[in-house]
Amino acid sequence: MRLRVDRERCIGAGMCALTAPEVFDQDADDGRVLLLDAEPSAVHRAAARMAVGVCPSGAITFNEPQSGGP
Amino acid sequence: MAESPHTVTTLPTTRQPGCPFDPPAELLDARRHGPISRYTHPGGRPGWLITGYDLVRSVLADPRFSSRKELMNVVDFELPPASPGEFLLTDEPQHSRYRKPLVGRFTVRRMRLLTERVEQVTAACLDAMEEAGPSADLVASFARPIPAVIICELLGVPYEERDSFQRQTEALMSGEPTEEELIAAYTAVQEYVARLVAAKRAHPTDDVLSELTDSDLTDEELQGVGLTLLAAGLDTTANMLSLGTFALLRNPAQLAALRADPALADRAVEELLRYLTVAKSFMRTALEDVELGGQTIEAGTTVVLSYHTANRDPERFADPQVLDIGRQSVGHLAFGHGIHQCLGQQLARVELRVALPALFDRFPALRLAVPPEEVELRPEFADIFGVKSLPVTWDEEES
Ligand code: SF4
Repeated sequence: MRLRVDRERCIGAGMCALTAPEVFDQDADDGRVLLLDAEPSAVHRAAARMAVGVCPSGAITFNEPQSGGP
Repeated sequence: MAESPHTVTTLPTTRQPGCPFDPPAELLDARRHGPISRYTHPGGRPGWLITGYDLVRSVLADPRFSSRKELMNVVDFELPPASPGEFLLTDEPQHSRYRKPLVGRFTVRRMRLLTERVEQVTAACLDAMEEAGPSADLVASFARPIPAVIICELLGVPYEERDSFQRQTEALMSGEPTEEELIAAYTAVQEYVARLVAAKRAHPTDDVLSELTDSDLTDEELQGVGLTLLAAGLDTTANMLSLGTFALLRNPAQLAALRADPALADRAVEELLRYLTVAKSFMRTALEDVELGGQTIEAGTTVVLSYHTANRDPERFADPQVLDIGRQSVGHLAFGHGIHQCLGQQLARVELRVALPALFDRFPALRLAVPPEEVELRPEFADIFGVKSLPVTWDEEES
């Protein structure tokens, strides 16, 4: 799994940092997403996937064979 | 495909007797007929009512649906555009212009730093309750003051002015004021925020409003943003605190589970947010013809999105009518979805996470002081669901 974030789309709601704090943080100044780990280890993958699902602005994508994401 | 849709003529105005926490029966019934129903707005305009989780979520993420106030096609006259700073009622790029300078102030990390302060404020409220007890109106003594103090501090309302300011905002929100009272209270709060913005421009301090004076927003816009933050930060959390307490008292097994395992608190908060969904519904207007759930939403038509029934959708949450603090409720729509998703949600989480367990810790035998049917609910037409007051009592020797 390889994660990507689009900081332009991000609205800083922080769902990612809440759901998968090992993988995402928020910029202290503008509140937008910071990707801490683009290729999370197996233990954090489920949380990262959930963060993708709950992000309100669709700012996080990941590619896995079936997702076809960029 | 072109099945004729279920029709809901007016939004129901009463909740079911017996379970005040469930959405009105007609709304749940509409969802059972499918995620989208034909609907007539109270002003007579034809619209749609969306009650299913997936559809509500997809509309919220869809830029073909607008939040602009002047496009809301619900009455037979044109609504004025949002006032400067009212960012909930704007689209991009206007919305981002208002929201962006605020975001850094409301991050998960920043809000967690507030935990200690929320603990202190909560403890002070509980002390006062205990001293005046052994009975109290939980709304007045606990649910309203905690978020009020915290949002005042965030906005930078000076300590000396907090009391009078709080009284004004409370006048705005408590009970059902008459129209004149409402206008008077609103004007007073508006004037207050205007003075506050001027003061922050002259002497910036360490707070959200002062920080915003550094952005390119005008004074008028700053006032609008300040008012929006206030409105959003006070009433919603206050009602989550009082209704959350009510719901836990009505579900003793859930309360016992929470008390037995404090580690459940985060999940309990998410589940209460899902189950209660105090911000019940919002509206969007189609900017073009949109196919939705087998229906065509014509350009210019306004849809009502029922967050509450979406959060009770059995296709998304098993046994949705059951309050189950052990379940995984992440993904609920209590804070909305899409670009307008609640800016203050991490603050609300910290407040709920701290205050609810502290209340039950301090008063282990907390209970309702009246039969549950006598707890007065806010009328269904109020924007935010809640109780008018919540009389509680406890045993004196407890404290
Ligand atoms: S959840 Fe999405 S919108 Fe929110 S901070 Fe993370 S990336 Fe940004």
